[in-house]
Amino acid sequence: MGGDFSPGTRVRVREDFPLGHIRTPVYMRGKEGVVTRRLGRFPNPETLAIGRDGLPRKVLYEVRFRQADLWPDYAGGPADTVDADIYEHWLEQI
Amino acid sequence: MRGPHDVGGLSAGPVDQTPHDQDHWEKEIDALNQLLAQKGYRKTDENRRAIENLGHDAYNTLTYYERWAGALARVLIDKGVLTQDEVDAKVAAVRARLARDAA
Repeated sequence: MGGDFSPGTRVRVREDFPLGHIRTPVYMRGKEGVVTRRLGRFPNPETLAIGRDGLPRKVLYEVRFRQADLWPDYAGGPADTVDADIYEHWLEQI
Repeated sequence: MRGPHDVGGLSAGPVDQTPHDQDHWEKEIDALNQLLAQKGYRKTDENRRAIENLGHDAYNTLTYYERWAGALARVLIDKGVLTQDEVDAKVAAVRARLARDAA
């Protein structure tokens, strides 16, 4: 969990539902995608949200998902994708 | 736990895209939010937490800036900048003033 993922790495989003301010959308939790970019290190919004300093910073990745992997009844094309920015501690390498 | 804001994939009605002006109080809330951030009293993520914690009923009933106002009060009370009693007293005073003006 929270490895150093280079672009092209297949990852799975943690299937976890904690309380608090979480920026990982529920519909992506437990789903698989591919890292497309490493966006940098940023203060952790989950701890900023409760009045702390957000440190240590967390690496934020852009992850690409196939729409068909997100929605069981997806009716669009097989090449359709959606990108999301997801913090390292929400990702695990497959 | 799915917060009231996290609606990706849920069915929803059409989006009302009618343009509308902001009321003066809404601009005041925006200005207050920015000023309090500059002064270090609140962060965006704290406001988000407070908005997401309003509960499904309030979240889906209040307007955008009503949510902001409620969240801002919550954050300032949580951090000890204001007390609930101070907020309640001010709300009562404003309600009384509006009732007088309407009479």
